[in-house]
Amino acid sequence: MPAPTDATPRPARSGWLTPRRSKAMLKRAVLYLLLAVVAFFFAGPLYILLSTSFKTMPEIQAGGLMALPHEPTVQPWVTAWGEACIGITCGGLKGYFGNSMVMAIPAVLISVMIGAINGYALAKWPFPGARFVFAALVAGNFVPFQVVLAPVSVTLRTLGLFGSVEGLILIHVIYGIPITTMLFRNFFLSVPNDLIKAARIDGAGFFWIFFRIVLPLSPSVIVVALILQFTGIWNDFLFAVSFSNPSSAPMTVALNNLVNSNFGVKEYNVHMAATVIAAAPTLILYILLGRYFLRGMTAGAVKG
Amino acid sequence: MRRFLQRHVSQVALSPSLALIAIFLYGFIAYTAAVSTTNSKAFPRFDNFVGLEQYWRLFHTPRWHVAFTNMFLFGGLFLLITILLGLLIAILIDQRIRAESFFRSIVMYPMAMSFVVTGIIWQWLLNPTLGIEVMVHQLGFTSFRLDWLTNPDTVIWALVVAAFWQGCGLVMALFLAGLRGIDEDIWKAAAVDGIPAWRVYVFIVIPMLAPVFLTVVVLLSLSIVRAFDLVVALTNGGPGVSSDLPSVFMFDMAFRRTNLGLSAASAVVMLGTVLAILIPYLYVETRERA
Repeated sequence: MPAPTDATPRPARSGWLTPRRSKAMLKRAVLYLLLAVVAFFFAGPLYILLSTSFKTMPEIQAGGLMALPHEPTVQPWVTAWGEACIGITCGGLKGYFGNSMVMAIPAVLISVMIGAINGYALAKWPFPGARFVFAALVAGNFVPFQVVLAPVSVTLRTLGLFGSVEGLILIHVIYGIPITTMLFRNFFLSVPNDLIKAARIDGAGFFWIFFRIVLPLSPSVIVVALILQFTGIWNDFLFAVSFSNPSSAPMTVALNNLVNSNFGVKEYNVHMAATVIAAAPTLILYILLGRYFLRGMTAGAVKG
Repeated sequence: MRRFLQRHVSQVALSPSLALIAIFLYGFIAYTAAVSTTNSKAFPRFDNFVGLEQYWRLFHTPRWHVAFTNMFLFGGLFLLITILLGLLIAILIDQRIRAESFFRSIVMYPMAMSFVVTGIIWQWLLNPTLGIEVMVHQLGFTSFRLDWLTNPDTVIWALVVAAFWQGCGLVMALFLAGLRGIDEDIWKAAAVDGIPAWRVYVFIVIPMLAPVFLTVVVLLSLSIVRAFDLVVALTNGGPGVSSDLPSVFMFDMAFRRTNLGLSAASAVVMLGTVLAILIPYLYVETRERA
């Protein structure tokens, strides 16, 4: 069947492919083509990362970056998790994964708790100078942490915490105060003051209102704060590489040492498996809680 | 005492945080600024005041010149590309497409990845003997060259592409939220007048997104000054020092070259750069609100 052309337009009622419609369809086709290119650019690297992690080294050396593995093997994953050499020890990433968890979980919980109390105090129990206190705390979000590295290092040594997971927890808690405070303060501003007033007239105190009224009203912001802090702390490299030692190093440092060490044969499949393992926790959070994840990222990004 | 606590419970609850931030942020910034006026080597010492000599030395260090220039080169390219393409992708996704959330998720998932992971992924893709270059050769284009990681003149592009891949999702999301916030009536009015969509975008919609542009520029600029992990994982500053950034220089001087005085001076310059971005922004913001 010959396609109708611009020269022989059909009435819109009898044929569906009028010039106007075909132009619109062409536009849609171009639109989806562009979207496909975009999707390929962003998804391609993850696909290559995953498929490479299941290939054998001979297959990798034969080329075929985009090809699926011919003989899929989980050996790279086993090696990355339990056998790969990082520095002078050859126990894989599992210990460092543990370090990251032992560091991130308490640091996230404590910093979110502190931020919630600060935000509540600033938003619902204002006092003269509260705005100044808020500004002083929140300004910390903009400071490049390079400017505090040396004194933090001296302080951690003085406290005997240098090179320990506890030291990293302390640092992440302290430098998490600005962002969590900002997040909670901005959210709590939207909690009706009447609720607080009524409770105060009934004689309820600061913490009673916080735990019984304000927190139950704010599960979403708590989730957002937990995600934001977990992602930030799990992915941190600067503090990790500055203040950890080989036994307390978190995942980011171990992964970098594994991949970018100059010794031995480069096992790219093991490197790729290791990279997936390092990215997995935050990626899973993103997949499960995407909506909150985006809110966390934009809340962390956009000023209040 | 009890009554004081009850009356000032809000201030009492805030005081530990305020004390910690006063010491660990403001105190430590002052400490670093003080170290930058000394000749400290491996350990901070305050008995060898040299005034502004470290700053003079810093700007006469060729490696710092490379790092500082790279910050503007990398930053300029990254800003331009991420804003243009981030906005374009947001506009594409805003065309009432099918599977919108699928496309959105694909553009945004890299922001869950750390810069170390991002750097390693792109190091693999740009690997000259096994990466994209070889893949294109196998497709038949044997003269194709993608030697960003080994060529000092083009290595900055490796950083730009990787940073764009990681950061575009957030920028896209901010623009998309901006686009969704625009009054539908503008589109209806434009359709009635027969104005083509691209003209509506260029002359009406994009100017209305000015506040989003401002936010995006400030956010990305802050991340440019801080950029560290990406360089360490992707190029480690190489080849040579050709992809060095101020943060890498600072770290190297502090922890490897034991030149704390010079390192402190470079950190203070980084903070100054942030303030130079932030102060005009806060000025505009507060003026608009007033």
